[in-house]
Amino acid sequence: MKPAAFKYIAAASLDHALKLKADHGDDARFLAGGQSLIPMLNFRIAQPRVLIDLSALTRLSYVAHENSAILRIGALTRYRTLERDPLIAEALPLVREALPHIAHPQIRNRGTLGGNLAHADPASELPAIVLALEGRLRAQSVAGERWIDARNFFVAPLTTALQVDEMLIEVQLPARPARSGFCFMEIARRRGDFALMGVAIAMTLGVFGRCSQARVVLCGAGDTPVDVSEAAGGLIGQNLDNAAISHVATLVQKAIDPPGNIHANKGFQRHLAGVLVERGLRIALERAHHG
Amino acid sequence: MDSELHEIVVTVNGTRYQRRAEARMLLSDFIRHELLLAGTHVGCEHGVCGACTILFDGLPTRSCLMLAAQANGHEIMTVEGLAPVEGPLHPLQQAMHDHHGLQCGYCTPGILMTMTAFLAEHPSPSEIEVREALSGNLCRCTGYQHIVDAVLTAAARMRS
Repeated sequence: MKPAAFKYIAAASLDHALKLKADHGDDARFLAGGQSLIPMLNFRIAQPRVLIDLSALTRLSYVAHENSAILRIGALTRYRTLERDPLIAEALPLVREALPHIAHPQIRNRGTLGGNLAHADPASELPAIVLALEGRLRAQSVAGERWIDARNFFVAPLTTALQVDEMLIEVQLPARPARSGFCFMEIARRRGDFALMGVAIAMTLGVFGRCSQARVVLCGAGDTPVDVSEAAGGLIGQNLDNAAISHVATLVQKAIDPPGNIHANKGFQRHLAGVLVERGLRIALERAHHG
Repeated sequence: MDSELHEIVVTVNGTRYQRRAEARMLLSDFIRHELLLAGTHVGCEHGVCGACTILFDGLPTRSCLMLAAQANGHEIMTVEGLAPVEGPLHPLQQAMHDHHGLQCGYCTPGILMTMTAFLAEHPSPSEIEVREALSGNLCRCTGYQHIVDAVLTAAARMRS
């Protein structure tokens, strides 16, 4: 339970960190909040030769408006900051609702948004949310920067579209539009444990209160966050009722192939997905009517 | 592999320490073995049990999920800093004593560091909020009830 030896370098600036990563490549890992990486070092699941500590890059901690429709969040913004930020509470209710489910307060005092997304645990909350909200992620390297759509970012368990020399530096998410409703729910064995199944829902109502958009993404249901919005496609253009919502839950259960684990087998995970999607859609609809 | 030593200057419970440590040394081991402050306990070493919780720049943090090198230039408080050696206990320590909030005591330092910070931010918590705040600290002896009672009592005493 002690890490293997490595070289530790505290990056002095973003440029310094990117240069180090370009020089050391796959031998190096970025250390953000460390709340997933350090357990992996302790178990020796990860044995990088070089750790590039990003703690000094405080300029990558911010929540701001890009414009009235989009929020930008610095990759090194800690969960604690997000939990207490009034802009997040107002414009990104889905993020706000999920934060208390992420581990425990002590972990949230250090863990960061960017570290979470770059770690890409398929049971994690924020990857599902960034996908549900169709966010964009900004990657930077010594060679330049590029934007990656959330739907292309999560490639496999603990694997993202980031290249070896790239760092995730910012996430952009759409601010809540009018007449929209959101819901995040998950089931875990104990508070703060990994989700056995979780659901992130974003819904918008259009003319005559008809559903104009319904995004549904599961966490814990596969190798990456699993987008099951297609199963909710029949809701678009409809005035939603409980029967329509129940039907979507059944379609989701049929569409997914959850991995199963020692706490919940495939069948139970499928059951949970149906229950969560049904409950979550009802709550999101109710909220959309009032918001 | 690299066994280069890093210079670490850190303030713990108001005292400034200067030590050298390997990059891979966890902050929890640094506090116990280099600073000889053994009040911080080590349980799971992967961030689940909460026994090693300290205040890092004032915030409850798992010391097993940080490297000692990352503490350079920062301020730490451990359970030893809660009350003077000669003198009254911290109100939460006293309430834990009064309510039998510990049996083996292994989890207690982590719980004290988590809950003193919680009480500073939430002077009038509900029982549910206390249980929520305690969720990151495992105790296998008490069943938590006496700890919850102690935290609520400490909150009331600290308000009056």
